Amino acid sequence: MSKGLALRVTGIDVFYKDFHALWNVSLETKEGAITSVIGANGSGKSTLLSTVSGILAPSAGTIEFFGERIDGLPPHETVARGLSMVPEGRRIFPRLTVYENLVMGSYSPRSRTLRSRALDKILELFPVLKTRSNQMGNTLSGGEQQMLAIGRALMSDPKLVLCDEISLGLAPVIIKGIYKELKRINELGITIILVEQDITRSLKAAGYAYILLQGKVVLEGTPSSLNEEAVKKAYFGV
Amino acid sequence: MKDLLQPILNGILLGGLYAIIAIGLSTIMGIVKVMNFAHGDLMILSSYFCLVFVSWLGLSPFWSFFVIVPLAYFIGYFYQRRLINRVLGKEMDPPLIVAFGVGIILQNLLLLIFTPDARSVMIGIGLKTIALTPSLKVPVNYLLDFSIGLGVIFCLYIFFQKTYLGRAIRAASDDEIAARLMGVNTRTVYAHAMGISNMTAAVAGILVGMTFTFYPHTGSEYLFIAFGVAIIAGLGSMKGTFVAGIILAVAQLLGGHFLGPGYQMVSGHIILLIVLLVKPKGIFGTV
Repeated sequence: MSKGLALRVTGIDVFYKDFHALWNVSLETKEGAITSVIGANGSGKSTLLSTVSGILAPSAGTIEFFGERIDGLPPHETVARGLSMVPEGRRIFPRLTVYENLVMGSYSPRSRTLRSRALDKILELFPVLKTRSNQMGNTLSGGEQQMLAIGRALMSDPKLVLCDEISLGLAPVIIKGIYKELKRINELGITIILVEQDITRSLKAAGYAYILLQGKVVLEGTPSSLNEEAVKKAYFGV
Repeated sequence: MKDLLQPILNGILLGGLYAIIAIGLSTIMGIVKVMNFAHGDLMILSSYFCLVFVSWLGLSPFWSFFVIVPLAYFIGYFYQRRLINRVLGKEMDPPLIVAFGVGIILQNLLLLIFTPDARSVMIGIGLKTIALTPSLKVPVNYLLDFSIGLGVIFCLYIFFQKTYLGRAIRAASDDEIAARLMGVNTRTVYAHAMGISNMTAAVAGILVGMTFTFYPHTGSEYLFIAFGVAIIAGLGSMKGTFVAGIILAVAQLLGGHFLGPGYQMVSGHIILLIVLLVKPKGIFGTV
C-alpha cells in the first residue's frame, strides 16, 4: 500500500501548549530520497520534526514510518525503529567527550551491536572527529559540533535522518562541506529530510520540497517545477 | 599543635562517611534536578534494616550489605517511578513536596515500629583502635567507613564513565531532550538513577548504624550534612564530593575540639557559609 515510502504524514494537527502550531499537514518521503521542508521562522518546521520524532504528539492525523504507525510513540521507540534526528542547535552533550557523544547515538538496543562498525564509518566520514575524540563536546567549533551531531545521529544505523537547520550559524564554506557529506550519506541509502530556512541551498539538494507557512503546507513540488516567484510568495506569505 | 592531629585524623576519616552520605543526594540533584528531601530518611531506613538483619536476625554485618543494598535499589527505583516521576515537569515544588512527604511518612513509620529509642548496631570492631603513636589512634570503625566510602564512590565513578546506563544518566543530565532523541527513555533512566542513589544511601545508612546511634528522626540531621557537602563540593563532581566531605567533617571536629562538642554543627555550617560567600557554585562546581 505505502510501499517505497519512508515516511507518510497524513493530516496532522499539533498543539504546542495552547498554540495551534501545525494545521492539517501532510507530507511524504520516498525511500532513499532527500526531501526538503522550507519555511520562515515560526512556520512550524521544527514542530513538524519534533512530532515525527515523538517529542510531541499530534492531536489528529497519522504518521507512518515504512508503513508502520508511529504517531504518539515516544522518541525511544521511534529511534528503535530506525528514525534519527540531528536537532536544531546541535544539542551536543557538553560534558561528554566526543567519543561518548557518538556512543550515545547507539544507545538504542538495536544499534548497540553495530556500534564499532558504525563508529568506523562515521570517523571515516568526518576524520576531524577522530582527532578530537577525547575532548569534551563543548570544546568543539560550531562546524565540528555539527559534524558530531550528524555523526551521532548516524550511530543508530538509521533508515531516516531528520536534519533540523543544519546550516544555522555556520560559515558558508563549512555548510558546503556538510551538504557534500549529506549527499554521501544519502548515497549510502539513508533517507533524509532537510529542514531549512535557506531556500536556495535546500532546494538544490532536495528531490522534492514542501513549503510551510504559519503551520500549513502552502506549496510543494520538485525543485525544478517550483518557480522562484511562487516559492518566495509562499515563504513570506505575501 | 600535637593534640590537633587526632581531631584532624578523625575528621578526614569521618569525611569519607560524609561523602557517601552526600553522593546520592548530589547525584539526584545533578541529574533529575530534584532536591530529594527524603534522602536522609531513606538512609536511616537502611540503618534500621541493618538493625533488624544484624542485631535481631543475627546476619553478619558483611552479608547484610548484600541484602540491604539491592533492596535499597528497588525502593529507590519505585520511589522515583511511582511518585517523583508523576510530578516531574514544569514546576520545581511538586517533587519537593512529594519527597518531603515521603520523608515524614518514613520517619513516623519508623517511630511506630521501632519506638523513639536510640539504637545502634553493635559490631565486633566497634571500639577498637590502632595506635599510630602513643597519642594518635585510628578508630577502626572510622577507618572502615572511610575505606568503604572511597570504594563506593570509585565504583560509582567507573559506572558513570564506562556503562551505557551511566553515560545515559550523564547525557540526560546534560540535555534531556537530546538524550531522548538518542533513544534514552529519560523517565526510566531517572528511576535507575534514584535506585543507584538509594544504594549509596543504604551503604551510608549501614555504616552510620554501625558507627553512631540513631533514632527515627536522625535522617534530617544527615540530610543537612549531605546538603552541606553537596554545596561545598558543587554539583557534578565526585572527587569534589569526597574532598568536601572531608572539609566539612574536619571543620566540625576542629570546632568541637576548640569550642566544645556543642559547637560541632555550627562550625561545620560556618564553613558552609564561607564557601557560599566565596564560591557560590561550590569548590569543584561545574553547574
